[in-house]
Amino acid sequence: MRYSALSLALSAITGHRTSTPAWRDAAPRAAYRVVVIGGGGHGLATAYYLAKEHGITDVAVLEKGWIGSGNAGRNTTIIRSNYLLDGNIPFYEWSMKLWEGLERDLNFNTMVSQRGVLNLYHSDAQRDAFARRGNAMRLNGVDAALIDRDHVGALAPFLDLDGARFPIRGGLLQRRGGTARHDAVVWGYARGADRRGVDIVQSCEVTGLRIAGGRVTGVETTRGAIGADKVAIAVAGSSSRVAALAGLRLPIESHVMQAFVSEGVKPLIDQVITFGAGHFYISQSDKGGLVFGGDIDGYNSYAQRGNLPTVEDVCEGGMAMMPRLGRLRILRGWGGLVDMSMDGSPIIDRTPVSGLYFNGAWNYGGFKATPASGWCFAHLIARDEPHPVAAPYRLDRFRSGRLIDERGAGAQPNLH
Amino acid sequence: MRIPCTHCGPRDVREFSYLGDATLQRPDPGAADALDRFADYVYLRDNPSGPHQELWYHGFGCQAWLVVTRDTADHTITAVRSPAPSGAPPRGAP
Repeated sequence: MRYSALSLALSAITGHRTSTPAWRDAAPRAAYRVVVIGGGGHGLATAYYLAKEHGITDVAVLEKGWIGSGNAGRNTTIIRSNYLLDGNIPFYEWSMKLWEGLERDLNFNTMVSQRGVLNLYHSDAQRDAFARRGNAMRLNGVDAALIDRDHVGALAPFLDLDGARFPIRGGLLQRRGGTARHDAVVWGYARGADRRGVDIVQSCEVTGLRIAGGRVTGVETTRGAIGADKVAIAVAGSSSRVAALAGLRLPIESHVMQAFVSEGVKPLIDQVITFGAGHFYISQSDKGGLVFGGDIDGYNSYAQRGNLPTVEDVCEGGMAMMPRLGRLRILRGWGGLVDMSMDGSPIIDRTPVSGLYFNGAWNYGGFKATPASGWCFAHLIARDEPHPVAAPYRLDRFRSGRLIDERGAGAQPNLH
Repeated sequence: MRIPCTHCGPRDVREFSYLGDATLQRPDPGAADALDRFADYVYLRDNPSGPHQELWYHGFGCQAWLVVTRDTADHTITAVRSPAPSGAPPRGAP
């Protein structure tokens, strides 16, 4: 059913008794042309664009849990394209453009809100670095504005503008950045893919990859074997475990990243605001809770839960930036698994196994990348050649020295 | 999380810095395939879910390096030892 104001109103009048599930709970068939492993945002977007842009509808998306149970429901919903390096800007800007048209495209309210992303700077050196970043963005056709202290104060008067330790000198503002509703993104892509014939198979964990003569022929799952001409891995957080099924080692460590939400309050923070003197970012959900986070815990983890030192570090950053946060209580905190790569940038590429494709290493920037990641991965799978904006995200760039290291931290994943 | 330092006893994780996988072996730079092996050594990781031998530095304690065996799925620490003493031949050396 296509959603419209009229259809929603009629459904409401009848108490939603005629509402139907947004997608089928499909049972796996014996074989597909393409099997996508991972029913998160990236896997579902990949299936959606395979069907919509490339006409490939004989596709299954295999999800170990249920749609929305993994990182799709554990991020802080921020969308932006304020990157520095030429290898990253075109990709994230393409994602931003897809976000801007996503609701119309999906016929689903993903609550994309371009409320602005404001990165604060606190010193002359940091201002120069942000000016450089803003100029790099503008040279690539992305909006960026360097604003001064008084402008920041007008936008967000509750910040500790003149604190003795971290005075705020100004900020880099991307007005087109903002937030989106994370659950609605996966629901919308799942519904859109399902409507075009894609099977979304939940509670179906991949336990093995069938490979014959250097070519992938299918997958083994907890719901039986499934044949496939092409298999696409989109399981960021658990990439190494799935790649190991094909005997591959990846330039990735899995880490846990925590995020938090406060009790709900009246509208307080209009933008997404990030602290420049530590690692802290915050925005307010439409429900009223302040959603915030900071650094990863910093050691290999598959635990989906973090430790107290990082909770304290995040809260200290928040208090330094915005002292009135101390009056609020934290309602919930949670942890999600992230692929931390050796240069802090993602991978969308073929693998040494013919017919096996890999999408992962999203570090802690996966949510904003969802539309372009799916778009470019679908392009790679359908045409067997990389999409131009994702061409730098090669698996072999580490060996060849073509790293994309925004942070300049080197091959130390917990520093990116 | 607390790490049982071999010198100081159980200490809060705040006292430690993390480096990563302790099983990596520096390749022989004179080997014919040294370039490939160094690329693997610098960039590729097993990244297991389960027991993981990893290097921690007790910077706010005894300032010793430790090899900690920790389960990455639930943070259970099963063994802590000192790395090979300096001057000892590297593992894998002929």
